[in-house]
Amino acid sequence: MSAVTGNASAGFTTRRRNLWPAFVARRLLRLVIGIVVVVTASFLIMQLVPGDPVRLSLGPSAPFSLVEQRRADLGLDDPLIVQYLHYWKGVFGGDLGSSILTQQSVTSIIASRIGNTVTLVAIALGLTLFFSVAIGVTVGGLTHNGRRPRLLGAYRIVASTLNVVPEYLYGVALVVIFAVTLKLLPVAGDDGFKSLILPSLAISLAPIAGLSRIVRVQTEEVLSQEYIQFARSKRLPALRIYLRHALPNLLTSALTVGGILLGVLVASTVVVENVFALPGLGSTVVTAITQRDYPLAQGALLILGGSVVLVNLIIDVIVSLLDPRSLMRDS
Amino acid sequence: MAKLSFVRRPRGVTRYVCLGLLAALAFLALFGRTIWGAQAARSDPIRPLEPASSAHILGTDQIGRDVLARVLNASLLSVELAVMAAAIGVVIGVTIGVGQAVLGPFLRRLLASAIMISLAFPGLLLALLVNAIFGAGPTGAVLGVGIALIPAFARFSQALASSAAGSEYVAAARVLGVGRVRIMVRHILPNIAKPLLLTALGSVGTSLVGISALSFLGLGVQPPSYDWGELLQVGLQVVYVRPMSAIGPGVMIVLAGLAFNLAGEAFAGSHPRLSVGEFTGTARLTRRFTLATSRLANRRPDRAADAEELVASASPALLSVRDLHVAFPGRSGPVVAVRDVDLAVMPGERLGVVGESGSGKTTLALALACLLERPATWRWREFTFDGESVKADSQSAYRRLFGTRLGFVFQDPANSLNPAIRVGPQLAELRQVHYGASRAESRRMAVDRLREVQIPNPEIRARQYPHEFSGGMRQRAMIASGLMGSPRLLIADEPTTALDVTVQAHILRLLERVSDGTGAAVLLISHDISVVVSFCHRVLVMYAGRVVEDIPSDWLVSRAAHPYTRALIQAVPDIDDLAGQSLATIPGQPPNLENLSTGCAFAARCAFADDKCRQDDPRLTVLAGPHSAACWHPRTSDELADEPADAATSNRSAP
Repeated sequence: MSAVTGNASAGFTTRRRNLWPAFVARRLLRLVIGIVVVVTASFLIMQLVPGDPVRLSLGPSAPFSLVEQRRADLGLDDPLIVQYLHYWKGVFGGDLGSSILTQQSVTSIIASRIGNTVTLVAIALGLTLFFSVAIGVTVGGLTHNGRRPRLLGAYRIVASTLNVVPEYLYGVALVVIFAVTLKLLPVAGDDGFKSLILPSLAISLAPIAGLSRIVRVQTEEVLSQEYIQFARSKRLPALRIYLRHALPNLLTSALTVGGILLGVLVASTVVVENVFALPGLGSTVVTAITQRDYPLAQGALLILGGSVVLVNLIIDVIVSLLDPRSLMRDS
Repeated sequence: MAKLSFVRRPRGVTRYVCLGLLAALAFLALFGRTIWGAQAARSDPIRPLEPASSAHILGTDQIGRDVLARVLNASLLSVELAVMAAAIGVVIGVTIGVGQAVLGPFLRRLLASAIMISLAFPGLLLALLVNAIFGAGPTGAVLGVGIALIPAFARFSQALASSAAGSEYVAAARVLGVGRVRIMVRHILPNIAKPLLLTALGSVGTSLVGISALSFLGLGVQPPSYDWGELLQVGLQVVYVRPMSAIGPGVMIVLAGLAFNLAGEAFAGSHPRLSVGEFTGTARLTRRFTLATSRLANRRPDRAADAEELVASASPALLSVRDLHVAFPGRSGPVVAVRDVDLAVMPGERLGVVGESGSGKTTLALALACLLERPATWRWREFTFDGESVKADSQSAYRRLFGTRLGFVFQDPANSLNPAIRVGPQLAELRQVHYGASRAESRRMAVDRLREVQIPNPEIRARQYPHEFSGGMRQRAMIASGLMGSPRLLIADEPTTALDVTVQAHILRLLERVSDGTGAAVLLISHDISVVVSFCHRVLVMYAGRVVEDIPSDWLVSRAAHPYTRALIQAVPDIDDLAGQSLATIPGQPPNLENLSTGCAFAARCAFADDKCRQDDPRLTVLAGPHSAACWHPRTSDELADEPADAATSNRSAP
């Protein structure tokens, strides 16, 4: 073979830039920005309340001296910047103030309730990722290239309908079906793992439908790529083509697009905990808002918002582990 | 590879369904209060929680009020609040999204990232945050849901506006000195109004569901007022005894949400009908300026003899197929991509296939490798590979026959290696799957093969991802993958088209070397005649899915007999032509493969066509030794000089 080839090939450098440090730095920056936004937003709740939050909370009949005392406790008479810095200090120190109504520490209330919510989100996240990928890939594989148009049509109708049904209606429907009619599972209350099954289903059904649609489109897209043809030309077993060659490529784009859907899971817990009377962060937020217990609402919303930031970060990391190219695109 | 996309079913049904739903909803909202208002308020305390009956279709609530009447009566408030919230989101969102164009670059970037950050937060959390500030109640709910919609609308309208701003009419207005605000109001807004309105319509559904959620949680509409969310909450309290009282309002929320969401989608304009563009592509040939006709003359003297010898030799063909047909479903019946193809590849032979895009070359290549997939349909009368008969549709037979003996090099190096798998393992898997070799052993072999195709530092390269390779190196890696088995045939589909000229030459030389070294035959698909002539022993010319000429490559330039082949050759630019002369093209369009007329497919573009040509399709007939053509009026070499002036091309004389 000619020397020309050798020279030309040697012209390409074999450098391998490690893109991870830059990636980690960017994600950390995004995490910090996200946290700052969440903390600031939750701080602003109390400041933006029209009128005196303590008076609103304690009601018109509360004695003036009590209101004054609570105002002082909350530091509401300090200048804004002092309050803001104080709030940050509290966030770092794990002190989110105390409930206006019960005087209990917000941190301890949240700590006692957060377990259910975290488990719920974790189960729902797992269910959503697993089923949306399984359904999306299966339907995509069965229908790509214009095959089985009727299956695709039926799937489209079912998935887009299921996708717009809100989680609280799933909650009600599941209660009616499994608890009232079939009497299989507890309707409400905190009864260990069993009582988490229906709530986690309720919040993951819509995201499963939505994300599986995205996965299906990505599957179709990936299966028409030349590298899949190449894999087929090597006569690899079908399972290997799907799992090893198609899956990583379609997951990255599906998760990038669908990441927001998974953040929605966190918010959905708020509603669903109320459907199933499950003591968690969500039911805490709702009670706090109805009772105008601002410090408690602030604290619970802070934690919920922070976990959205965290879930997004987790998704980003999964994506970049699956597809090294995303590191390059990212930069 | 011709990618086929299919026309979607018309969305007529969806439209009628959602129009019907919207009309029903409008009726309920406008007249529901008048019709059912009184009944909804009438309580009957001695008959609480009645089961469903003809008098109370959904039963009664805790103080004996008719649930159905209450559900229908709640329509107005539910829709009203949803429209208000959507209006807040749309007006503020669009103002931000479109208005940001008049800001300076720094503020614009700041705003854009603020929008991005808030988009990452679920709407419900934003709504709760606002609700926490304004307190539980309809005002807090509407403001909360409305404000939660702002980021999405800001982002959407910003994207629409910036794409409209990039269009030519806006550029023209800008050149004319029209101010930024005026451009926005006069030129951009009208052009993005339709998608915005449709999305706004869809967002009414979103806010209806959102406000119902807040009411359901007790954060929205407060009793004694009620919307569907509040009714759902009341119904859930008695779900054990009277599930219908929860199901009723739930169904309404879903239907109403669906009606608005569907309306946004269904009226978003029909999707552009996709055509089978690849098959009815342009008439002009894609050209390579750099490889000129003059190079065609530099052929090696022994090629014709080689070809003749290979064909004449009694040795059985490595691959032979008879009567191959391939069709794809089209808009009006099947599109025949390959028809009547008889073909034999001799062991060690380098066979070229040329033709315009859409002539069926790639489909032929895929069919020969049995890589076609439904909805394509294919059939053949006889197919043998390496002495064995190939049965259609037997994946296990394909695996056994082709897995190790056939390598395929695809056209687009940017996309033909899997971007998520390192190159080494990607090569190694063939060994693992077909030979059961260990991972370490296969990887060592992959490195060897990479070295063999002259990839420098193969150990390092094997651990890299395809995106770290250059285009030429990726094609080398593909060839190396073919070498992981014991290849008898390499099919290369336009392996050099996407590469620059020097790299093209290297890849061809590598293929040549591999073919000589392993004795593997090569089937080279190309639209580039000069590439094929310099590389192959024999050339098949395809037109409209058929082989119209089969000729030793040495004879191609001087003795081509089919008028189409001649036109192709004349369309190859000469290096001297670059000085301003326009290039020869073949007049007319390639035939529409969806409904081929009878007779020779080239007749419509052929200067020599007569009635016979238009009636009967000529079969491939031997003209001399290894040379055959499918033409009623094959040209002979001496006619080359006196082709009619209006013949297949041309503003320049024949070679």
